[in-house]
Amino acid sequence: MNKVLLSGNEAIARGAYEAGVQIATGYPGTPSSEILATIAKKYKDEIYAEWSTNEKVAMDVAAGAAYSGRRTMVTAKQVGMNVLSDALLYTVYTGIEAGLVVITADDPGMFSSQNEQDNRWYAKLAKIPLLEPADSQEAKDFVVLGIGLSEEFDTPVLIRTTMRVSHSKSIVLEGERPSVPQEVGPFVRNQEKYVCTAMWAKKRHPVVEQRLVNLARYAEDAPFNHVEWAEHSLGIIASGVTYMYAREVFPQASFLKLGMTFPLPEELIRSFADGVEKLIVIEELDPFLEEQIRAMGINVIGKEIFPPYDELLPDTLTQLGLESGLIDEAKGMTHSVTVPTELPARTPVLCAGCPHRSTYYWLNKMKMPVAGDIGCYNLGCLPPFNAQHTMGCMGASVGVLHGMSIAGVPEHAVATIGDSTFFHSGMPALLNMVHNQSRGVVIIMDNGSTAMTGHQDNPGTDWTLQGKDAPHVEFEPLVRAMGVEKVLTVNAFDIGEVESGLNECLAYDGPSVLITEGLCAQLDRTPKPSYMVNPDKCIACGACLKLGCPAIVKADKVDEKTGNPKAEIDPGLCVGCDICRQVCPVEAIQISKDRETQGDR
Amino acid sequence: MKNISFLVAGVGGQGTLLASDILAEVGMEAGYDVKKSDVLGLAVRGGSVLSHVRWGEKVASPVVRKGDMDYLLAFEPLEAMRGVEFLHPKSIVLCNTKAMPPITVSGGSEVYPTHEQVIRVLQSAAATVHFVDASAEAERLGNLKVANVVMLGAFSTLLDVPRKTWEGVVLSRIPQKYVALNQNAFHTGCTVVKRSQLS
Repeated sequence: MNKVLLSGNEAIARGAYEAGVQIATGYPGTPSSEILATIAKKYKDEIYAEWSTNEKVAMDVAAGAAYSGRRTMVTAKQVGMNVLSDALLYTVYTGIEAGLVVITADDPGMFSSQNEQDNRWYAKLAKIPLLEPADSQEAKDFVVLGIGLSEEFDTPVLIRTTMRVSHSKSIVLEGERPSVPQEVGPFVRNQEKYVCTAMWAKKRHPVVEQRLVNLARYAEDAPFNHVEWAEHSLGIIASGVTYMYAREVFPQASFLKLGMTFPLPEELIRSFADGVEKLIVIEELDPFLEEQIRAMGINVIGKEIFPPYDELLPDTLTQLGLESGLIDEAKGMTHSVTVPTELPARTPVLCAGCPHRSTYYWLNKMKMPVAGDIGCYNLGCLPPFNAQHTMGCMGASVGVLHGMSIAGVPEHAVATIGDSTFFHSGMPALLNMVHNQSRGVVIIMDNGSTAMTGHQDNPGTDWTLQGKDAPHVEFEPLVRAMGVEKVLTVNAFDIGEVESGLNECLAYDGPSVLITEGLCAQLDRTPKPSYMVNPDKCIACGACLKLGCPAIVKADKVDEKTGNPKAEIDPGLCVGCDICRQVCPVEAIQISKDRETQGDR
Repeated sequence: MKNISFLVAGVGGQGTLLASDILAEVGMEAGYDVKKSDVLGLAVRGGSVLSHVRWGEKVASPVVRKGDMDYLLAFEPLEAMRGVEFLHPKSIVLCNTKAMPPITVSGGSEVYPTHEQVIRVLQSAAATVHFVDASAEAERLGNLKVANVVMLGAFSTLLDVPRKTWEGVVLSRIPQKYVALNQNAFHTGCTVVKRSQLS
């Protein structure tokens, strides 16, 4: 067997290959995005993969494929599951013709999410089996086992990773791909199963409940769960990567390692509890296991020691173990050196050459309220712009803008939303603005890709994840067809165009759309001249510094009159977008004769 | 087989992740069980990148406790300083001297630590600190991007793994047309540590 080093997400992709999955769908979102990217890169001939327009669409597509007899996988980040869930819940009633697994990649510690929700509850809500891999080997194996479970019990299966499972790498033993049918037969006409109309769905509900009883019985001997006996004074129940942390921090303890965390193996848990003096549950986020185990009448300690927020990394477990007396002082933490407190922060910024910069420059100057959305442009909420005043979830900006407008906010407000986010869930909200007629400017910041999560395709790109050509959907005719009468498209790299476009839309009494077009700086590989500041002309006014461009820095030279530092451009970082030249009041910024930007970034 | 833990620190775009991937793979090729964990945040937009890499007989956690890191491989001095809480008194540090001031510094609101401060902080936390001007070496070789491979070459001399294993892993990840350049960069790295030992 081939031994390879894979991230959890790469291992899930491998698992799909080894499970005979033929269709994989999803919407990008950290920490889940690499799963479909890996499938498209490595297993393109065996597995069709697509970025759907949103997670709900991805789940509907998956349902259709699984009903048609193809083994299928869907991927989403934790908040993507909220969008996906509507579709998931009917597939629970219908069941499938071929295996269907749903991957949710949760984000304890909130590295790139708007909340820290624990998606294990979705398994309980939907009444479907839940698997939690602890490393890459399990991530791969659980997809294969999950597809098997899905077909055996005629149910979708939820596999939940966390950022540390998805993005950590560990060694995986690769297996083979089973033979899968090249063709599928005619579509099954089984209305009582696949049409969730009330009269038929009502008959399916007892089937779902009985399935859960059968699954609980299965869980008792499932290959996912096992006991590791050591000292009997302390027993720990854990799942996912938290098990790995706990294994290291509590080396003497006995463990019940759960790979299947819903439904739970009650007899197994009971016998483990009987074998230890003290029983604790270590789980990140909510007391999902703890509450279920308590409901069995078993005395267990969990959240009174381990908080329901943030990761429970080995350092945290050690600290909490010491405080609660689970660990002896002597084996406690060893480090003594602390990080100097005065170190400058390294906050993320809009890249040099980012097309979003001009919009936030004006939004900051014009001081109007801005409803923001999910994407790189969320960085517009940070200095020097401070020009985003709400941000909640994908597509929220347009609805929030409408709400502000009908609430009677006296200022003219705007929404900022990226191209992919607009396709994802901004469109119904814009239709709502059109239908219910409110005033407000929706700025669609079209940078030509789903940039934040790694430049995935969307309906605005002319290619698909499979590498096929696709029609490039144009925003202007699209929003006009949706009933917006005031629509303007401007060049995001032309400061004047953005300003006049914004002013024209703001003056319009009704819903308007401003499309700011400019390719993402990470995708634009055309070499352009780089810029420099002429120190003799620079008056140290700081106008260019208000652009928050990482290539523009304060120079050592100061202006004699004011004593303020002049500006300087780092030629290694400048990509020649020209925006700073346009904001300089004294034409001190000019093209550098001796240097072209590197087009090969 | 002894457990060895590495902290790899840098700034988005420096090749920090590629370097930590290579380090993990070298461990695997040398016969260890291996795990690694990356914290990216919005790294691609110029943020800090931090990787934990572990070699051992059987590695459980991909994340290492503070005070348990045996080595710090830092691509940038400020990021090296952020990592000191992970070190113990016997740790070894290899740090690139080229500073990349964050926008808080270039914008003038915060001050970058002096080289003396960097040295003092790193020395107070570790047994040995090596500085390498990998960016200058890379520029001499004609491509700034190979600074990370120069660093890996230098780092390889601090560990007990055959050079052939290192080169095999490094070069397997490089497109054919850049193999010679990266081979040069790795060799350059192998020679610079002796010249640059500080304490």
